[in-house]
Amino acid sequence: MATVATPTSGKRRAPTPDSSSAISVEGVSKTFRIPHDQLLTLKERVLHPARALRPSYDELRAVNDMSFEIREGEFFGIVGRNGSGKSTLLKCIAGIYDVDAGTIGVRGRLSPFIELGVGFNMDLNARDNVIINAIMLGLSRQEAHARFDEIIAFAELEDFVDLRLKNYSSGMYVRLAFAVAIQVDAEILLIDEVLAVGDANFQQKCFAQFNRLRAEGRTIVFVTHDMYSVQRYCDRAMLIDQGKMVALEDPATIARRYNELNFGRLVHEVPVDAERFGDQRVAEVRDAWFEDSDGRRIPAIAQREPLKVCMEVEFHAAAENPVFAMSLRNEARHTIFATTSELDQPESGTFSAGEHTVVRFEIENWLAPSLYTVTPSVARAGGSDVFDVREDLGSLMVHGTRFSGGITDLPHSIDIERR
Amino acid sequence: MSARAIESHRPSAMGGDLRRFVALTRILAVTDFKLRYFGSVLGYFWSLARPVMFFGVIYVVFTHVVRFGSDVKNYPVYLLTSIVLWTFFAETTNGSVRSLVNHENLLRKIRFPRLVIPLSISLTAFFNLTLNLVAVVVFALASGVTPQLSWLELPLLVALLFVLATGVGMLLSALFVRFRDLEPIWDVSLQILFYGSPILFVATRYPDSVERFLIASPIAAVLTQMRKAFIDSGAPSAASLSGGAAGLLIPVGITVVVFLVGWWVFSHEAPRIAENL
Repeated sequence: MATVATPTSGKRRAPTPDSSSAISVEGVSKTFRIPHDQLLTLKERVLHPARALRPSYDELRAVNDMSFEIREGEFFGIVGRNGSGKSTLLKCIAGIYDVDAGTIGVRGRLSPFIELGVGFNMDLNARDNVIINAIMLGLSRQEAHARFDEIIAFAELEDFVDLRLKNYSSGMYVRLAFAVAIQVDAEILLIDEVLAVGDANFQQKCFAQFNRLRAEGRTIVFVTHDMYSVQRYCDRAMLIDQGKMVALEDPATIARRYNELNFGRLVHEVPVDAERFGDQRVAEVRDAWFEDSDGRRIPAIAQREPLKVCMEVEFHAAAENPVFAMSLRNEARHTIFATTSELDQPESGTFSAGEHTVVRFEIENWLAPSLYTVTPSVARAGGSDVFDVREDLGSLMVHGTRFSGGITDLPHSIDIERR
Repeated sequence: MSARAIESHRPSAMGGDLRRFVALTRILAVTDFKLRYFGSVLGYFWSLARPVMFFGVIYVVFTHVVRFGSDVKNYPVYLLTSIVLWTFFAETTNGSVRSLVNHENLLRKIRFPRLVIPLSISLTAFFNLTLNLVAVVVFALASGVTPQLSWLELPLLVALLFVLATGVGMLLSALFVRFRDLEPIWDVSLQILFYGSPILFVATRYPDSVERFLIASPIAAVLTQMRKAFIDSGAPSAASLSGGAAGLLIPVGITVVVFLVGWWVFSHEAPRIAENL
C-alpha cells in the first residue's frame, strides 16, 4: 500500500464550528514566584525572620490571560518557542498546576502524556510495570489486565515480559511506555512532544495509532515544535509567545507565523570577519539584502514565497557597463546558485562617480529550508577586473512549511500510475 | 457526550474520582510492599527481622541486665507488641516525610490526587503491621497468653493508631515541601516520643505526678489499653489511668485533632504542591 504524504492528504471530517467544546479556557493566567533567596528550611526562617516574613521574589508570568476553546473531536496544535508557556498551559489543562485566574472547563475523560513511562519502576518486570502504569494513566485493574497482551504485542516485547525494566534498552523502554499510553481510552488526550520516540518502524506504528485516534474522533491537544507534524495532523493550531496567544488559525498559517516569529528576530549583521576582495576604488558594494514580493526587507521567508536578492553599489569613479553578480550559499557552505548581470544585461549602463544604484535579482524561490547568505560583487565589464566582492554580506532564513530533503526544493508534481 | 458536565480541573488532595483514588492508593502501596521484599524468598522473614532483632536486644538488656520488667506479667509479649505497634507508627510517619518529594514524577507529569501518596505509605506500613501481628499472636500464645474476647479491641486500637499516624503523615509530607529540614527534626521527635511512650516499660511506671499527663498521649493510651485487652486483663485500663472514661476523650481528641489538622494543611497545600517541589 503506497501512502503519499502530502500535508493535505488524509484530511478527514473537520469538526464543524458548532460541535460543542471539549476544553474551554477562559481568562487563564499562571504566575510562578521565583524567590530571590529561597528559604527552604525552618532553620533559615528562624535565623532570618525578616526575610521569611517579607520574601522578595520575581514573578514569572508563564500564561497570561488566555482564552480559547477546543472543539470536540478536534486535533489541536499548540506551538511556541522554548519558554513560551506552552507546557505550563498544558499542565494547567491537565490539572497538574493550579491556575491563578480564570477557569478551565474540560468535558470528558482526559489523559495527559507529558512524559512517557511515568511511574515505571526499574526493579519490576514489564508485566508489573504495564499494569501499574495503565492504572496510573486511568484504566481500572480489570481493564489493565484485559489489555495486557495487546500492549505487549504492540510494543513487540513478547519475549521480554518477565525481564526487569533495568535490563531493557532505552528503545524497548520507550516502546513499552508508548504502548501503554496509547491504550488508555481517554476522550481527550494531551500530548507534549512525546512522539519522537523509537526507531523508524516503531514511529510508523505510532503515527498509525495517531491516525486511528483521529478517526475515532478523540480530541487531541498536541504541543510541538515540529511544523511538519502540525500541518500534517492538526485541524487548527495556536501560536503562543511569552505566555500570550499570538494567533489561532489553520495549521499552515500558524506554521508560517511560527517560523516568522522564530527567525524574524535574526538581526541583520555584517559578519565581522567576512572576506572582501577588490580595491573598491571604482565601485563599492555598500549593502546586500533580501526582499519579499512587496519590496520589504526581510530576514526570513517561507519556502516557495517569491524573493528578490538585492545589492546597493556606490561608484567612486565612472564605470561603463559594470557587471553585477551574486551567489547564494546555504548553511553547509555549498553555492546553490550564482548569476551575473552580464548574461541578461550586458549593457548595464554608464555610471558616474558618486552615483548609488540598487540592483535586484528576482528569483523563483526554489530554495530548500536553510540559512542562506548572499555574496554580492561588482566588476569591470568583461568580469575580469573585480571592483568589490563581499562574502556573505546578507543572510536569509528560508523556513520549511513542507517536507524537503535535498538542497533545493524543485517544483514538481507526482503521478502514481498502477500497472 | 455533550451532556457530560464540565469538570473542574484544579489539582486537589482527593481528585474527583473515588474509584481511581482507591485504585491508585492500592497499586502504590502494593508496589512498595512488593519492591521491599522483591526477589527474596525470605521476604516475610526480613519484614519481621527488624522488630524482632530490636526486641531481642531490648529484652536481653531489660530483663537480664537491668531487671526491669520482672514485675510486669508477660513482659516479653508486651515488649514485642508495643515495639511492633511503634514500628508501624514510626514507619508511617518517617516514610511520609519525603514521600511527596520522592514521587515528584507522578505529581508533575500526570494527573494524580495528591493524598494518594502519604496514604499509600500508611497502607504499606499497615501491611507490614498485619504480618508482624501474626507473629506477635503466635509468640503470645507460645508465651502462655490465653485468647480472650477482649482481643477484639485490638483492631480498634490499631485503627486509632492508623488515624493518628496518617494524620501526622499528611502534615509532615505537606510541610516537608516547604521546610526541608523537617526530616531530622522529625527523627529527633520520634526518639523523644519513643522514650516518652510506654514501650520499654508500662504506663504505671510513670511517676504519679506526670502519669495523667502522659497517658493523654494517644500512643500511651493505645499501648496501655492493648496491655489490658491483649495480654493481662488484670492490668489497668487506659480509662482508669487517665481518671475515668471521660479522660479517654483527651487521647482520642488529640488523635482526631491531629488528623483534621493534617487533613486541612494537606488539602490547603495540595493545589500548589506540584510547582513547589
